[in-house]
Amino acid sequence: MSGEEFVPLSLTPILIGTFAAIACALPGNFLLLRRQALIGDAISHVVLPGIVVAFLLTGAISAWPMMLGAAGASVVAVILIEAIRRLGRIEPGAAMGVVFTTMFAGGVLLLEQTDTSNVHLDVEHALYGNLESLIWLDAVGWSSLLDAQALAHLPVELPRIAATLVCVAMFIGVFWRALKISTFDEGFARTMGIRVNALGMALVIVAAIAAVAAFDAVGSIIVIAMFICPPAAARMMTNRLEAQVAWSIVFATISAVVGYVLAGYGPLWLGAFDAVSAAGMIATVSGIILALAAKFGPCRSRTGAPMTA
Amino acid sequence: MVLELASNMGRVPEAPDLAESPLSIRGLTVTYGQKPAVFSVDMTVEPGKMTAIIGPNGAGKSTTLKAALGIVPHVSGQVQVFGKPIDTQRARIAYVPQRASVDWDFPTRVIDVVLMGVYRELGLLGRLRGRHKAKAMDCLNRVGMREFAERQIGQLSGGQQQRVFLARALAQDADLYLLDEPFAGVDAATEKAIISVLKSLRAEGKTVVVVHHDLATVTDYFENVFLINTRKVAEGPVTQAFTAETLQTAYGGRLATAQVDQLAQAVG
Repeated sequence: MSGEEFVPLSLTPILIGTFAAIACALPGNFLLLRRQALIGDAISHVVLPGIVVAFLLTGAISAWPMMLGAAGASVVAVILIEAIRRLGRIEPGAAMGVVFTTMFAGGVLLLEQTDTSNVHLDVEHALYGNLESLIWLDAVGWSSLLDAQALAHLPVELPRIAATLVCVAMFIGVFWRALKISTFDEGFARTMGIRVNALGMALVIVAAIAAVAAFDAVGSIIVIAMFICPPAAARMMTNRLEAQVAWSIVFATISAVVGYVLAGYGPLWLGAFDAVSAAGMIATVSGIILALAAKFGPCRSRTGAPMTA
Repeated sequence: MVLELASNMGRVPEAPDLAESPLSIRGLTVTYGQKPAVFSVDMTVEPGKMTAIIGPNGAGKSTTLKAALGIVPHVSGQVQVFGKPIDTQRARIAYVPQRASVDWDFPTRVIDVVLMGVYRELGLLGRLRGRHKAKAMDCLNRVGMREFAERQIGQLSGGQQQRVFLARALAQDADLYLLDEPFAGVDAATEKAIISVLKSLRAEGKTVVVVHHDLATVTDYFENVFLINTRKVAEGPVTQAFTAETLQTAYGGRLATAQVDQLAQAVG
């Protein structure tokens, strides 16, 4: 494939898909180890009422108000989940189940009660995103990467998701040790003076930011898959947290790139004419990687059940 | 006159037991739901001594320790460490939690766990240097676990896991060591290794407080005891506070009479 074709049509969707995948996989590692992996699922459901409310307030489908609405809804959900978990003394999965089904249902009701029939606000868009449409029409080839004028017309999702990824990576980097120790041994972390509750809340808020930014660009299927599949597959490749995070980045990247290429060209190779959903294919590839890691990964057996001495 | 009074008041020293004790607790009350787990407990740990916290199951032994450290919230009470608020003294405290309180499937090696003991010293972004690793290896050596440094923690036996936790506490370089049931479910070799490390800490002038469940070893291991059954039952040197009467009060019907007699004999 030549640069003239690849750069405008495929480069930006692949980059956006990859950045979104990594931005979700990074906090996903810690959420997985904290038994909170489904929070990604929860977030992608609860953003619906936020988006509808943002639409009702502004009356238009525009990115920023909807992202703010989605972020607001995520924060509300995170606080509700933590509150229900701590006040009700129940496991996080149950608290999430209560919050995200209720908020999603509320979003559907809200959507139904309002006149959104003439605008493009539907469940399909929320699920699949539209990665394939994030093309860079001003590009003419690799040389465009140095062309300021062409760069000015990059799809706005690209710098947005890139900035999100940088923020997520900085949070994980700065609080690496605090996250590691409070995930492994919460009591010990508290005796060191680490504010464990605030840090846990911050992690979930960072995950919510990643989810909302990725949701806007690539839809909720990728968000849900990337929070869980690359970290879970990575856990089975290594017994070290540092290596696990590195593997999860590799797996997220492979999922995004291979998934996008397969979606675009796979059906052609098989003699069909249409491409399939890139988001669906990326999530599928991540699932296949997880299955392979579960079958062949070197550290897939459970070792940690405390043995009696 | 007024001035004189004011200046005198300014010079009034703090209550001496509060100022000198490595850990002093006043009126500590903790509830789980509606039920008090620990009720209005006072405790004054003597410096440079080994103290056992003893009581029946569910008597609030671990809860007292956790509440004092801020791991679980308390309804009321004050905690001072070396006579100051605990948050200013955290660098002087080392803590060994119950082994069952963490997930041993966590992807990390023995050496990484011990290095968590120097995290406070490193701060948020301080670089982990060779001397930190050397210190961690030295701490592993003290508990006889040097050759396990590269192992994944889930591959260890319960006793080995407990020794790794002790090594992490040693890496904290503290003055006050608080251990929650370190002898629970460990092999005899580990029990011996742990007690010898604790005794060496005492020899260095450190203060050690242990939540302990094995009444038979109390007189061998500890100088002081703190008996609790939701409320404080007794506190002081083993010879005075660890008696048939105090045990009967703390354990009530839960301790067979024969057991009490046996212990009373051991106590003398």
